[in-house]
Amino acid sequence: MIEWVNSIVQGVLTGGLYALFAAGLAIIFGVMRLVNIAHGDLIVLAAFVAMVTIETTGVDPFVSMVAVLPFMFFFGYVLQRGILNYTLGDDLLPPLLVTFGISIVIQNLLLEIFSADSQRLKAGPIEVSSVELVEGIELGTLPLIVFVIAVALIFALQIGFSRTRLGRAFRATSDDPSTARLMGINQKHIFGLAMAVSLVLVAIAGIFIGIRTNFDPALGPTRLLFAFEAVIIGGLGSMWGTLAGGVILGVAQNIGAKIDPGWQFLAGHIAFLVILVLRPNGLFPRTRDD
Amino acid sequence: MSLLEIRNLDAFYGDFQALFGFDFDLEEHETVAAIGANGAGKTTLLRAITGMVAATSEVLSYRGESIQSREAADIVALGVAMVPEGRRLFPSLSVEENLVIGGYSGRPGRWSLERVYELFPALRNRRSVPGTALSGGEQQMTAIGRALMSNPDLILFDELSLGLAPVVVKEIYEVLPVIKAEGTAMVVVEQDINRALEVADRVYCLQEGRLALTGAPGDLTRDRISAAYFGT
Repeated sequence: MIEWVNSIVQGVLTGGLYALFAAGLAIIFGVMRLVNIAHGDLIVLAAFVAMVTIETTGVDPFVSMVAVLPFMFFFGYVLQRGILNYTLGDDLLPPLLVTFGISIVIQNLLLEIFSADSQRLKAGPIEVSSVELVEGIELGTLPLIVFVIAVALIFALQIGFSRTRLGRAFRATSDDPSTARLMGINQKHIFGLAMAVSLVLVAIAGIFIGIRTNFDPALGPTRLLFAFEAVIIGGLGSMWGTLAGGVILGVAQNIGAKIDPGWQFLAGHIAFLVILVLRPNGLFPRTRDD
Repeated sequence: MSLLEIRNLDAFYGDFQALFGFDFDLEEHETVAAIGANGAGKTTLLRAITGMVAATSEVLSYRGESIQSREAADIVALGVAMVPEGRRLFPSLSVEENLVIGGYSGRPGRWSLERVYELFPALRNRRSVPGTALSGGEQQMTAIGRALMSNPDLILFDELSLGLAPVVVKEIYEVLPVIKAEGTAMVVVEQDINRALEVADRVYCLQEGRLALTGAPGDLTRDRISAAYFGT
């Protein structure tokens, strides 16, 4: 019995990482209705940027965030203002195709520069240390840190969206981009900031994934899939929904792995499909009057 | 120098031309009504002024500064606000947030949240509910308050009375003189001719994207206005 409880607990912690994957994707879709196919590859790109930062400066992966996060913020803003803003309009297809193209470009650039070899960000003893919750259930220190940071970030984002000037501009633009312009909101700038914030989350997720597992240039699409599933399970309604989506996906995968190691990802996909059938708008859909 | 000067304005929705060589002037503190039947080009005129529709012109200037091809956000920052048709409140924002976001451009002036609540006391107790949970009249008050929050020198009202009960329309129109007294110029787009003529210093009557008639309400007979309005 305790083994099943352990699987659920470990799944919850894994869900924190998935929520980090998903939060950036949810922001982008929420603010500008852009489905960013390159999201997973941007996570991997961030991991490689962190790797280069660590190799050139010798700092700890956590300290590398000081450089990687601002870099990804700036990269996100320029990517949006320089390319993606020109693809946005009534048709959802152009941004879909362009982000798909960006995904291919990132994968091939990383492959060309770093080869297909697996990489890892070394964070020292924290990678393997753990704390015992009760007998039979041990919490890995790193997964616990990731989960706590995911919850803290989602809390901060929720506060930011509801109480700040920028958050109100994000929500207004999401509700009605045309009327938001009449409020004096520069839509292109707001979209740039939304992508910048998204890529900060992507950078954090990328560094944590680099510490937790091996990564290589081809890892992006599966991270994108997990992010999509977490967002859709959560229901695009709130950032807490995204966390719930990540946790459900993580728990389903861990329970699947407990039944049979080969079922890990399959169980996650099945949980996603079941929720999609039962609640097509996800668990916490946004209610809109328009 | 006119507050707003427009010469030979053409406006387009894709291949469809909605305004043809339109001329328009608005002086400081003046209230102008733009009337006309559905599809006459009234809303397009407002959208062209705010940079929300593709338009070309010989002159499209605000206080002598060209606003041709300027971003809507820049035009708002210059002091132009719009109360759009159908109110268009933001559903995920509360009433107060809808008002606050009206002041996004940070333009200084006399209007504040407190003054908007003084103008529309009914909104004060409803400040926390979503804007779209309000009655039509309250939504229109919020939309007007939202425009005032940008401290504009010019407000463009698009179909103020549309879909509202007569008693509510009367209440809304009673506010316009208060706004005018602050020195704010107004363009009132309206299908209700009587209402428009009551508040306007001058009237422009549009017909199929062209200017059909203009003048001070007192100088225009009802027959001439009707003929220009209906194209008879």
